[in-house]
Amino acid sequence: MSTFAWNDIRTVLWKESKSLFKFRENRSRYFTLFLAPMLLGLVFPWTWGPDWVKDFPTMLLAFFTPVLIIGITITDSFAGERERHTLETLLSSRLPDRSILLGKYLFSVVVGWSITLVFLLLSLVMANIAHGHGQILLYTPTVALADLALSFLAATLTAGVGIHISLRAATAQQAAQILMAFLMIPIVALQVGVVLFRDQLNALLPRLNGELILTITLAVMLILDVVAFWLAARRFQRAKLLF
Amino acid sequence: MDGIAIRLIELTRQFGSRGKAPRGFDVLAVDHLTLEVPAGIVFGFLGPNGAGKTTTIRLLLGLLEPTDGRCQVLGFDSATQGADVRERCGALLEYSGLYEQLSAEENLEFYGRVYRMPVLDRKARIREILSGIGMWERRNEMVGRWSRGEKQKLAIARALLHRPPLVLLDEPTAGLDVMAAMEVRESLASLAAQQGVTVFLTTHNMAEAEKLCNLVAVIRHGSLVALGHPDTLRMRAGGSRLEIIGRNFTAAALESLRAQPAVVAVEASNGRLLIDLRQDGEAAPLVSLLVEAGAQVEEVRRGKATLEEAFVDLVEEEK
Repeated sequence: MSTFAWNDIRTVLWKESKSLFKFRENRSRYFTLFLAPMLLGLVFPWTWGPDWVKDFPTMLLAFFTPVLIIGITITDSFAGERERHTLETLLSSRLPDRSILLGKYLFSVVVGWSITLVFLLLSLVMANIAHGHGQILLYTPTVALADLALSFLAATLTAGVGIHISLRAATAQQAAQILMAFLMIPIVALQVGVVLFRDQLNALLPRLNGELILTITLAVMLILDVVAFWLAARRFQRAKLLF
Repeated sequence: MDGIAIRLIELTRQFGSRGKAPRGFDVLAVDHLTLEVPAGIVFGFLGPNGAGKTTTIRLLLGLLEPTDGRCQVLGFDSATQGADVRERCGALLEYSGLYEQLSAEENLEFYGRVYRMPVLDRKARIREILSGIGMWERRNEMVGRWSRGEKQKLAIARALLHRPPLVLLDEPTAGLDVMAAMEVRESLASLAAQQGVTVFLTTHNMAEAEKLCNLVAVIRHGSLVALGHPDTLRMRAGGSRLEIIGRNFTAAALESLRAQPAVVAVEASNGRLLIDLRQDGEAAPLVSLLVEAGAQVEEVRRGKATLEEAFVDLVEEEK
């Protein structure tokens, strides 16, 4: 990547960070973005017990935390800018499409993933305080790796899909709603599957290799990530954005 | 660049034909528009709502692709060299495009970074430009709390921040009070006169175009209706108007006036006659005719219609 391109991306990152940390008048967003994950990071390990560091729910939250955060930041960054009529002015500047896209994408991913990592660290501290009893509890290597990979891929997937949806939605709110619905579909489908095929699953699960399932899940997410970003990049072109 | 800042050659933009508009919505927004804008002038682009002014600005900036024709800005083709065009232009589009949660200084800081202005130059220019619009003391205020006029002035300042040789302004004084609009007009006029910046502006305000523009184009339904200096357009549309103030304008006198080959129309009301003359129609014989018919003439004015009247005439002619 050329120096110019990186400088342009840094400029967009600078603007995005200024915008995010200056929404003093919308305190509910502060809560959703920063406080809610931290509260969950305290409550979940407290109630779950010492198995928190080696159980499935950690991974589930590692997946959902960036989804919730980026569901807000990415839709605001694209659909919100268009709604506020600042996107057209940005597009009329010299910034290349790719720099705008990458700057906004990276910013959301970095914010969403960073908050998730803080959440995971905080929940580990909480697990130790509540259930350590003099011993240091650590995430098992599999859970730690799964948390890192899942949260990162969930962040990039939400950002990619979020851009695509934002560029078609009329408002940031509509984009956020569609994005959430879209990302919830596989989860609901999973739940329905569990209810419908409970007996078969109970018979099957002990024979399955958990690490293999995790690897397959991560591989599928990686492919979906690439496809989502490719679609977003294809859609994010000046000539296609304005009517 | 050969002294021409903007050159449109048969520029056409249709919405809908290539699936870029909602189904059943097919509009020829810009229709084979051909014109040239010399460098260093204030150029007014006039037209009623929906005439294609905003679409033309978007085409100039390479934000839309033309359906047909070409569009050269500062020597670059907007369709294929849009990045070069945007690098060298400042733009104020339909909306101010300011980040309302950021301060005035941060808004300018961002665009200064976008245009890769060196730090020291950027800081100095921001100070210069904010002081110029009387907002330096308020640089740290959140723009969202500013009035519409203040925001508009800041948006124009943003368009000029990186010292572009060409600025494209879509209705720059819309929504401004009289004083603010006057200040904006003055600064735009001085930009062109002193700094050689080419200003391309769209406006509905004919008085503004008359005062500010060296050259105006009138468009309707995306087509060029007229192009020229505001005075030329005024003369073309209303230059042959005669206004006579006096008494005893009898019906017989009016009839004889209407019978004159130089007269197109006569309208009388409250001691005032408005006579539309054909091109090169002379006023003196008509005044003599009235006096001979017993009219008492107090004042005769060879009409200079306002640009607004000229604009209405031009647009009506095209209907």
